[in-house]
Amino acid sequence: MEQQRTLSGSSQSPRSPSSSQPFLSVSVTDPVKLGNGVQAYISYRVITKLYCDLFPRVVHREKAFGHVSQLEVSIGVSIIEVRIMAVFISRMHSKSWTNFPEYQGPEKIVIRRYSDFVWLRDRLFEKYKGIFIPPLPEKSAVEKFRFSAEFIEMRRQALDVFVNRIASHCELQQSEDLRLFLQAEEETMERLRSHETGIFKKKPADLMQIFKDVQSKVSDVVLGKEKPVEETDPEYEKMKHYIFELENHLSEAQKHAYRLVKRHRELGQSLSDFGKAVKLLGASEGNALGKAFSELGMKSEILSAKLQKEAHQLLMNFEEPLKDYVRAVQSIKATIAERASAFRRQCELAETMKLKEINLDKLMLIRSDKVAEAEHEYKEATESEQATKTFETIVKLMNQEMERFQEQKTLDMGIAFHEFAKGQARLANGIADAWRSLLPKLEACSSLVEN
Amino acid sequence: MMGSENHSVQDHPLSEPLDHMENLALHDHDDGNDGAKSSLSAAYSSAFTTLSESNHHPLSSPIVSTPADSDPLLSPPQSFPNPYSPDASSYIDPPSYAEAVFTSFDGDTNGIDPPSPPLSLSISRSPSSSSEYLNITVSNPVKEQETSNSIVPGSNSYVTYLITTTTNITEFGAPGAEFGVRRRFRDVVTLSDRLAEAYRGFFIPPRPDKSVVESQVMQKQEFVEQRRVALEKYLRRLAAHPVIRKSDEFRVFLQVQGRFPLPSTIDVASRVLDGAAKLPKQLLGETVIAPHEIVQPARGGRDLMRLFKELRQSVANDWGGSRPPVVEEDKDFLEKKEKIHELEQQINGASQQAESLVKSQQDMGETMGELGLAFIKLTKFENEEAILNTQRIRAADMKGLATAAVKASRLFRELNAQTVKHLDTLHEYLGLMLAVHNAFSERSSALLTVQTLLSELSALQSRVEKLEVATSKIFGGDKSRVRKLEELQETIRVTEDAKNIAIREYERIKENNRSELERIDKERQTDFVNMLKGFVINQVGYTEKIANVWTKVVEETGRYVDKSI
Repeated sequence: MEQQRTLSGSSQSPRSPSSSQPFLSVSVTDPVKLGNGVQAYISYRVITKLYCDLFPRVVHREKAFGHVSQLEVSIGVSIIEVRIMAVFISRMHSKSWTNFPEYQGPEKIVIRRYSDFVWLRDRLFEKYKGIFIPPLPEKSAVEKFRFSAEFIEMRRQALDVFVNRIASHCELQQSEDLRLFLQAEEETMERLRSHETGIFKKKPADLMQIFKDVQSKVSDVVLGKEKPVEETDPEYEKMKHYIFELENHLSEAQKHAYRLVKRHRELGQSLSDFGKAVKLLGASEGNALGKAFSELGMKSEILSAKLQKEAHQLLMNFEEPLKDYVRAVQSIKATIAERASAFRRQCELAETMKLKEINLDKLMLIRSDKVAEAEHEYKEATESEQATKTFETIVKLMNQEMERFQEQKTLDMGIAFHEFAKGQARLANGIADAWRSLLPKLEACSSLVEN
Repeated sequence: MMGSENHSVQDHPLSEPLDHMENLALHDHDDGNDGAKSSLSAAYSSAFTTLSESNHHPLSSPIVSTPADSDPLLSPPQSFPNPYSPDASSYIDPPSYAEAVFTSFDGDTNGIDPPSPPLSLSISRSPSSSSEYLNITVSNPVKEQETSNSIVPGSNSYVTYLITTTTNITEFGAPGAEFGVRRRFRDVVTLSDRLAEAYRGFFIPPRPDKSVVESQVMQKQEFVEQRRVALEKYLRRLAAHPVIRKSDEFRVFLQVQGRFPLPSTIDVASRVLDGAAKLPKQLLGETVIAPHEIVQPARGGRDLMRLFKELRQSVANDWGGSRPPVVEEDKDFLEKKEKIHELEQQINGASQQAESLVKSQQDMGETMGELGLAFIKLTKFENEEAILNTQRIRAADMKGLATAAVKASRLFRELNAQTVKHLDTLHEYLGLMLAVHNAFSERSSALLTVQTLLSELSALQSRVEKLEVATSKIFGGDKSRVRKLEELQETIRVTEDAKNIAIREYERIKENNRSELERIDKERQTDFVNMLKGFVINQVGYTEKIANVWTKVVEETGRYVDKSI
């Protein structure tokens, strides 16, 4: 009756009395190709529903982190189900949505495209430094693959998971950018999106910062300081090393998983061809032997279909989660880079502060009327304090996030492994059963031949 | 093979140069060419004069008296009584005609034992499980030197293989005998050629290929090993053939120590030289063709004359206005031939797809293994770097998956190795098809020989008629003409002998074809059923095991999935 489980691992539990909080449910559905030629793209229907525990959707991991309100995103539902949902929701209209006061309820439908998701991700990345922003599915490098049904489905699923994760993160779900994304009209969205593209993505302050970074790097080199300023926390070093190594290992595993999908398809194809050839041979032979050949051929073709089906399952339920894992690690790397630059900023500003202080003391000694300078110092102080605070927030958040990430991944992988093993067992049993059913006929055939 | 070795040499004056040979047997000619013609026909017939004692030829008298009319091989529309079968109308029906021919030539053995009754059909056709067995192993390749002097020392080295046989077949001596000989590849070629000559019409397994680049390739271990395997397969196939396994050639090859005693095949070069040397003799009327040669197809180089004639005959068959004197009429055979041809195509297709299936199974196993290894690395990594407990849990989960994947990979590979063995039957039968083609082409060439001889005979006879008419016009007869007439009669007699032998050979080959077709029909049923059973049982067994491996992981990771869904 209710919607499918999402890949992120959110699963449903029996009705839980505690979750009587209102929450958001988002679906990314209905991919439609728009535009022409090179500018063609896929648009998705993003449906946000506010509802209250009519269909309890407690998420296990969220329980672990004690989130009060839940904004859950589920994707991939048929429009019919959504409509049913909407009927129920309208009945709840009178409830106050205290946790999501600005969200239009009970249901809001918008059309979004991939670059809109990218915008959301980028905004969150800028604003919530230290938090591991959920990863997006990649752009497709190969043009012709961009509109294949499989690719679109994989992307839709991944986008679903993406928005889900944001909606269930206690801090990210409060983001104004998320609300815009889920609620703003299409024209507004387009404006927001195009505003952020290209080099104009960075605000002037950011541009200044980039310039300063370059400047400091140059001066470092000139002054003979080879290494850029970096943290020396050994635990953090260990974590960085872990992340980088993890990416390598995971990429390899994912590569093999993808190849395994291909092998399933190839074996399916071979079995199909073999079945056809064997059927022809049976037709030539005639009599009982010919029938045996025909049966074998038919079974081969049946098994070929099973293999193709399993290949798809494998792709969606095993390879994609692995790829998602890799993307998540890459997202962490981006956060690591952010932390590094926050650290550098902090150091620089601290140094600048010191220099300014020395200068001020000097000036005070000679009683210069460089009042402006004093003011400047204040500003710098604030900036320096800010930089320190930013950095410290990042450090704290990262530790929390790391824990959350590890727990999440154990769960995700556990499910992925389960699905993988289930699929393989199902396939193997199917193959065994199919072949076994032939044995009595073959026995009969061989006793015929014997006589 | 065909018996006595002394040929009578016929002396015919030859006045015509070579180019007149073009106007031979099938065309009308003037008297001037008689000599040439008769000498050439003598080339055919002289070989056979001694086979059955020259004057005691069962076929000769009727033919002389009624030229061509009573020839039983003439096509059915001409309804002539068949003097050789009890009921006069039988020759129209090919099978009974064949019987008739056989009964007439009862006393004449063709040197070959009649086909032994097919082995009792057990579902397992391997020799060891039937009452008679013949097990062969090829092993122990050793490089040896040719003892003859050569300018470059070591250039004449070759490899010998130890061939060990155990058997309880009586022809080989005491039951349960075991013996071994050393043979080189050249001996195998000889054996193969001898068998081809002796067992025309049988489906003789084809021998392994010669290597194009002999001496360098010889050195390589791989090549020697490949050849050893191929030789073993070949000899075992020969041993599996119910007729050939008991042949003298095979027995001698397997049993007789020392240098392989059968004379080796004359290779192409010396054959060409032989042929070139023989041709003038043939033209001049001095022909020394071995009697057994008519029962072999004409070979390039050696039997130039015969080749010319047969070629002309085959052209006439295809393009000539009239139907050849005798044709392949056996409907049963033609049907079977069609069927075999179609079967061959299907087997070929199935064999190709079997190969690609095997490759896919192999790839699957490999990739599964690689996936397993990647996860083992991940397990190790997580365990080493673990800070949180959840990492260790995840590492344990990964290990479960990795172990299962590696096990599954191994099972896939074993499954595949067995699949190869079973589906190999398809490849074996492709090899057999080659033997079938050879047997059928022996039949065609024997038929061509018969047709050629018949054409010659009819041409000779019309010459005789013309000559008789001419001589009867001249009162008292013309001495030279009478002499020519006598010569012609003699030539006809000799050609007649040759024709009869050729017919016999053709019939023999036909019978071999037939019995072999029957044999492989039966054997093929068994072999294919075994193949299917083996394949299916194999798949069931291994995939069950693979399913168990994964079911364990499903149980172990069950806790991650909410059961209430």
